[in-house]
Amino acid sequence: MEIVMSAVIGLIFAVAIYLMLSRNIIRVLIGTLMLSHSVHLILLTMSGLQRGAPPLLFLEAGAYSDPLPQALILTAIVINFGVTAFVSVLVYRTYKEHKTADLYDLRGAKDE
Amino acid sequence: MSNLIILPIIFPFIIGAVLIFFSKSSRAQRIISGISALLMVGISAYLAVLAFQQDTVILESGDWVAPYGIILVLDNLAALMVLITSILAASCLFFAFGTISKKREKYYFYPFYFFLIVGVNGAFLTGDIFNLFVFFEVMLLASYVLIVNGGSKYQLRESFKYVILNIFGSALFIMAIAWIYSVTGTVNMAHLSERVAEINQPGIVTVIAVMFFIVFGAKGALFPLYFWLPKSYYGPPAALAALFGGLLTKVGIYAIIRMFTLVFYHEPLFTHKGIIVTAAGFTMLLGVLGAVSQFDFKRILSYHIISQVGYMVMGLGIFTPLAVAGAIYYIVHHMFVKTALFLLAGATEKITGTTDIKAMGGLIKSQPVLTWSFFIAAISLAGIPPLSGFFSKFPIILAGFQEGQWVISAVALLVGLLTLISMMKIFGYVFWGENKLTERQNNMSVTNLLIPIAPLVAFSIILGFAAEPIFTYSLHIAEQILEPSNYVNAVLKE
Repeated sequence: MEIVMSAVIGLIFAVAIYLMLSRNIIRVLIGTLMLSHSVHLILLTMSGLQRGAPPLLFLEAGAYSDPLPQALILTAIVINFGVTAFVSVLVYRTYKEHKTADLYDLRGAKDE
Repeated sequence: MSNLIILPIIFPFIIGAVLIFFSKSSRAQRIISGISALLMVGISAYLAVLAFQQDTVILESGDWVAPYGIILVLDNLAALMVLITSILAASCLFFAFGTISKKREKYYFYPFYFFLIVGVNGAFLTGDIFNLFVFFEVMLLASYVLIVNGGSKYQLRESFKYVILNIFGSALFIMAIAWIYSVTGTVNMAHLSERVAEINQPGIVTVIAVMFFIVFGAKGALFPLYFWLPKSYYGPPAALAALFGGLLTKVGIYAIIRMFTLVFYHEPLFTHKGIIVTAAGFTMLLGVLGAVSQFDFKRILSYHIISQVGYMVMGLGIFTPLAVAGAIYYIVHHMFVKTALFLLAGATEKITGTTDIKAMGGLIKSQPVLTWSFFIAAISLAGIPPLSGFFSKFPIILAGFQEGQWVISAVALLVGLLTLISMMKIFGYVFWGENKLTERQNNMSVTNLLIPIAPLVAFSIILGFAAEPIFTYSLHIAEQILEPSNYVNAVLKE
């Protein structure tokens, strides 16, 4: 199962990099979204995909999944949520001010 | 165990939240933030004394013992960094009072200023690598908002690049955490140190170590990931550029020093003397060459940040107590001097209305205090005795020669010379020469801006003249962090 997940993560990662390398500013934004999905999946996969028991520890529990990766992913998702909200606004404002969504035109002045 | 350790994190957080409610009134914001910034200096000074007396103080939040709970660790290095952070934050804040525009104040400049401090202090104090990531994100999100605050065309364009690069860096950070968790099964730094020592750092852990180095190197502006820095630090107003220049890259460097002395110290020939020293050499050299080629006040200073980050990392790379002590001393010196220089550039900009050094000239006649403050800070940066720059470079380069690292030591000496050249360039163009100012500019007074800078320049002089006790203190810190068992025993109580 981990092998399959690794392949999936690699695919998502490739999509993310492809989008981030494109010239359109919106595509770059979607690229960062894909990137964060793939790293969250890495976090889940690297700790081993466990099945069959909840991540809660009862006193008489015989088996339980590792709760830490799930807690970490939850935190990472929340952070990513905030960052994405911010970047969306930043992209919108950049588009409004510069009247372009093409990164080629956002390279900066010629003398730099 | 002391609950006070959380104060540098929670106090600015509360103040930042309170300040949001006063966003309409610039006066209320100034009073609250000014008093709180001074209180922060007091708190962190007390914590520094506490750390000095007890060596390592920890806080287990909610009484969950390490390695299960979230812990905060205050050792001498963290205490020192928190103390300097508070001093810089206070200086830059008071400088901002005189320079920041009303529009920026209204759009939550002060709240995010304090949230930035939360992130920085948190990154210094945390004893858990995932929390390090969280505090990095707190710091970065605040810095995104601050760097784009004002919303000029230039800021929007350059901050987009800054934000995207940092998002990518954070993604790599989570990946590195996932890998280290998969290998060792823990995210607590002390526990990591213990477990990596048990398995004697096999190849896979070294790969993860290099991954962490890349992540922190991107935040700390190391070769080859420094290209974002000069442009993004050019956009925001001087008070912020000064705080960013003095503080943000140093958080990355602190994280490198922490990880590579506490956890990944078993393969120094490959990681420290190989990768870190090489990166340091290129960082120093290319950074200073960038500075020599520029003719803009703020850009020259930004490129100098890069070259000086190289010195700090070089100290770590050589990896003897003397070199690490030099690196710590250098961080202290750099944070004060670099912030002072950026603020002086801001004061000059306020007078002349430009940052192009070719358009300025002859400031020495109308602004003698500004000129000599700049002179002291500039030659201190270049490393002229008896100022702090000399005494912090000296141990690093001395340790380099002792360890037979000839190439890097020669590069460091050359970079010192080139630093002096670019500082002389600024001095010659801006302060000497023909007076190009108008009558109004000549009569302008910037005393209110020079007052917050004065303590920083004074610290640069004190750090130089009191080199003996301060170096002894740095050496004490270096010996403490080079013996990871101190940290591990304090946290895991073995």
